[in-house]
Order: sequence, then C-alpha cells, then structure tokens
Amino acid sequence: MDYIKIIILAIIVNNIILSQFLGICSFLGVTGKVSTAIGMGAAVTFVITLGNAITYLIQAYILVPYHVEFLQNIMFIFVVAFLVQIVEIIVKKSVPSLYQALGIYLPLITTNCATLAVALLAVQNHYNLIKSVVFAIAIGIGYTLAMVLMAGIREQMEINGYPKGMKGFPMTLVIGSLLAMAFMGFSGLVK
Amino acid sequence: MAKMESTLKNMVLSLSLISMAMVAGLGYVYKITKGPIEMADKQKEITAVTQVLPAFDNDPIKQKKDIEGLTFYMATKGGLPVGCAVKTFTTKGFAGRFDLMVGFKPDGSIKKIVVLDQKETPGLGAKMTEPAFTDQFKEKNIATFKLKVKKDGGQVDAISAATISSRAFCDGVQKAYDLYMKNFAKPVTAVAGVSDTTAVKGGKHE
Amino acid sequence: MSKLLGYFTNGLIKENPTFVLVLGTCPVLAITTTGFNGFGMGMATAIVLLLSNVMVSILKNYIPDKVRIAVFITIIATNVTVVELLMKAYTPDLYKALGIFIPLIIVNCLVLGRAEAFAQKKGVFASALDAIGMGFGFTAALTLISIVREILGNGSFFTIPILPAGAHPMLLFILPPGAFLTFGLLFLVMNTLKRKFKI
Repeated sequence: MDYIKIIILAIIVNNIILSQFLGICSFLGVTGKVSTAIGMGAAVTFVITLGNAITYLIQAYILVPYHVEFLQNIMFIFVVAFLVQIVEIIVKKSVPSLYQALGIYLPLITTNCATLAVALLAVQNHYNLIKSVVFAIAIGIGYTLAMVLMAGIREQMEINGYPKGMKGFPMTLVIGSLLAMAFMGFSGLVK
Repeated sequence: MAKMESTLKNMVLSLSLISMAMVAGLGYVYKITKGPIEMADKQKEITAVTQVLPAFDNDPIKQKKDIEGLTFYMATKGGLPVGCAVKTFTTKGFAGRFDLMVGFKPDGSIKKIVVLDQKETPGLGAKMTEPAFTDQFKEKNIATFKLKVKKDGGQVDAISAATISSRAFCDGVQKAYDLYMKNFAKPVTAVAGVSDTTAVKGGKHE
Repeated sequence: MSKLLGYFTNGLIKENPTFVLVLGTCPVLAITTTGFNGFGMGMATAIVLLLSNVMVSILKNYIPDKVRIAVFITIIATNVTVVELLMKAYTPDLYKALGIFIPLIIVNCLVLGRAEAFAQKKGVFASALDAIGMGFGFTAALTLISIVREILGNGSFFTIPILPAGAHPMLLFILPPGAFLTFGLLFLVMNTLKRKFKI
C-alpha cells in the first residue's frame, strides 16, 4: 500500500536527519539529553503535521488557481512561523519545564530546515491532503528517532569520556557519521 | 531617527507595506524571468535530442509526439527519416524515477543514450551517466541484443554495486524501444540495411 | 576604515559561519558532494545575505521591534525566491543540483542571524561588508568541505579526475556518513588550529 511505503521511506530509508540532512542544527544542538530530544521531537512533529495540512490547502486553493506559485516560499514560511508561535504559547502554559529545557531551540523550529522542507517535499511529490499529513507524521517520527538515538549516545559518552579536542561538535558529528552509516543499511528496503 | 514604536498601528503598517513591496518586487522578477526559464528548459530539450541523433535538418521538437507518457522526436534529413529520439523514463531506480533520452536509428538500433534527470547514488548508480556505461549500448539493436544485466541472463554490463540502477536503465530503454517499434519503425530483419535501401530507392518522401 | 575592514574579515575566520558560529549546517552536509555545488551554494547564500542585510539595514528604523522577525523573514524569503528564479533561468544545472536547498536558504540560521545581530543595528555600508565577509567565509567553508569530499570520494577536483588510473576513491565520503565525518574532522582541525594560533 502506498501509505506503508511513504511511512517506511520517511522514517528509516530516507530519514530526514540521517540521510536528507534536514534539521541538522537541532540534531547537533538539542541532543544533550534524551528527555529534551523527545520533547523537541514531539514539538517538531506537531508543527510539521499541522503545517503540511495548512500548506497543502494554500497550495491547492490559492497558489495554483491564481498562478502565484512564486509566492510559495513566502506563504509557507509564514505558516511555519505562525504555528511555531502558537506551539510556543501552548508549551509555555502546559509544560513549562520543557519550555525552559528547549530554550531558544523552540522558536528556532521556525528556522529548522526540516519544517519548511517537509511542506515543500509534499508539494513536490504531489501528495494529496491525507498523504501529505501521513508523510509529515512519519517524518516527525523519523526525526524524533534520530534525535533520541543521538541523545542516548551522547549521554553515554559523557559517562565514558573521550579526547578533549573532540568535545562538542566534532564528537557529535562523528557519532552522526556512524548513525548515518547504520541507517544506510536500510536503503533498498522499499522498491 | 529612532526606531519605530511597537504600537499596533505601526506594526500592522510596517508589516503590510513591506510585505506588499516585497510581493510586488517578486512579481516583477517572476515576470522577467519567465521567458528565460522557459528558454532554459527548451535548451535542455534541444541539447538532449541533438546529442542522441545523427545529423538532421527538421525541427523534431516542434513535431514531437507524446505517446503513453513517452515523447518521440522524429528527425529527418532531406525528407528522409534518419532517426528518432525518445524521452523515456523508469520508476525502478534506486532513488525512484529517472529520465533517459534514447536515440534510435530507423532500423531500431541505438545511436546514443543520455541520462536526463537522475538522483541515483553518486559514485554508484550515478555512474550510469558516464560513457563508460552508456557506450556499450551504441549500435546495438534490441532485436538481437539482450537488454538485461548479465546477472539476469542478458548482455548488459551492469555498474559494479549498482545493479538496481543498471536494471532500471535497461527498463527505461526497453520501454522506449517497445513503443518506438510499435508506433514508428520496422525492426531490422536478417538482411541488414533493408529499411535503409528502401528509403534510398524511394527517393523523395513527403 | 580599519573598523569597516574588520566587519569584512570577521566573517572569514574569527566568526566563520560554519566552523565558529556553526550556523546553517544543513547545506554544509547535504550539498558538499562536488566543488561546484559547494561553491555555487555558498555564492547563492552570499547573495541572499547581501540583499537581506542591506534591505534590513535601510529599513531598520521602520520596523517596530515586535514584528521584526516577521519582517526579516518576509524580506529574506523574497530575496531567496528572486535568487531561485534567476538560477532557474540562467544556471539551470546548478539549480537542479542544489534542488530543495535553494528555498531552504530562507531558514538558514546564518541569514536570519546576521539580520538580527547586525543589520538591524548598523549602517548600510557596514551591513553590506558584514554580509560579504560572512558570505565569503561560508562559501570558503562549503568549498573546502566539498573539495575534500570530492577528492576522497570521487577522485576528482571540480570534476577533473586526479587519481592515478586504477585507483578507487573512498565512496563513503560522497555518501551521508562521509559528510558528517568530513565536517567533524575538519572541525577538529579548525579547533586545533585556533587553539595553536590563539585566534
């Protein structure tokens, strides 16, 4: 079934972080602790799911009928910014500890490549509304998966210790390299 | 002059005016690049068609025919058919769909193949764009040349570690050949060059 | 004069967008498979950066504080679309190669970051120099990473083959793990150099 294919491709074969390189800033920056990574993943999933629904409607009912496709970039990024603003308010009110933990990375979901990219990819692949939303949820799951994997490894590395020069980004990038290599094993899973 | 105050009126005014100016500017740039963008696409088409065909003097692009998702560009010289470029595709690539332009001679043999759009793995499947892979198809006629990778019992040398891309390539070429034969050409028979001699004998066409 | 020059050289080394500020990392990993791609992406981003910095600086007194991010994004998104259209028309091969990463310049933290940190506070000329410096720094970093990945992973330098005949390149470097690895190791090199030369 088409939907199964979309889901498997999005979560593991074409993982948004480990094979498409989208969302790297958050991958490098917010993966110090597993709890933060999960929270970030949930917030991003929420934003992109709603985002894909809204951008689909904009594409189908405004951009195409009025031949103003060149406004796609502007309108899509506005949708993203607006949604992130809303999510920020919700998280601040309901889970203030998460709000503190995510810090500046919550509003930075707006500039997270993954957020805008998912909307653009759904249009590029000519997904209908349902496929677009399913795609977004799957991407969100794949994103969270990669984030949690990285956070788990980094938490462990802090305990184990490593060369001083590797502290921070070099270490994270090397771990990322190994994760990407592992995920390459999934290619060819879906025809 | 100090920064504008963040009153509601100012915020709405500033955002609206700047947005409108931006959209207007963008609309203008869109208008003036529309022509060049179409030209660039056309140029790609012309280049691809010219690359795979022998010399011709008609306008194959203008006379192109779309059949079952493939596009056929007939080329003639002095009124006689010299070949047909077929824009074909396959969805069986490692990274999904990619497009090929296959140049057939009137007897169905292949003059040249160029890869158009592809997103195969660089260094692996992407090597199918290189002459090292595509040259093996030159002068081959599918009627006698087994268009499958050697692994599948055919005569095609697949790219090492890129069997899927190689298979998909064959799939695209096969599609082009089947539709070309069905709609345009007569396959070569045991006597080589039969079609060519009839064309020459016929003299002027159209 | 030296202050202005400082704005320009800042983006090259001291606050290099890729190795120091670590902003705009998505294209760094994704696009750096060939020298041309890395350079092309860097230049496209640099142009957007210049246009945006200048526009923001000119309009800075007419942008109320509370809507500033929205206005910045509008300006940046417009500039990116302009560059996208121009590339589609005049550099179609590069446009195809860079693909979705061209519109993603909008969310490149570097562009928004400079508008926020610099252009809305400083004059037009200084903002322009900052943009050019950062643009150069970003392009240099991207091109460097691309050159390493292309030589090791494809045996070529800007598509010119340079390996001796029969030698096989290490494919890994063209693939995703190689991107992370190259960036990480170059990062390590840059950090070490900085410590040694106290930059």
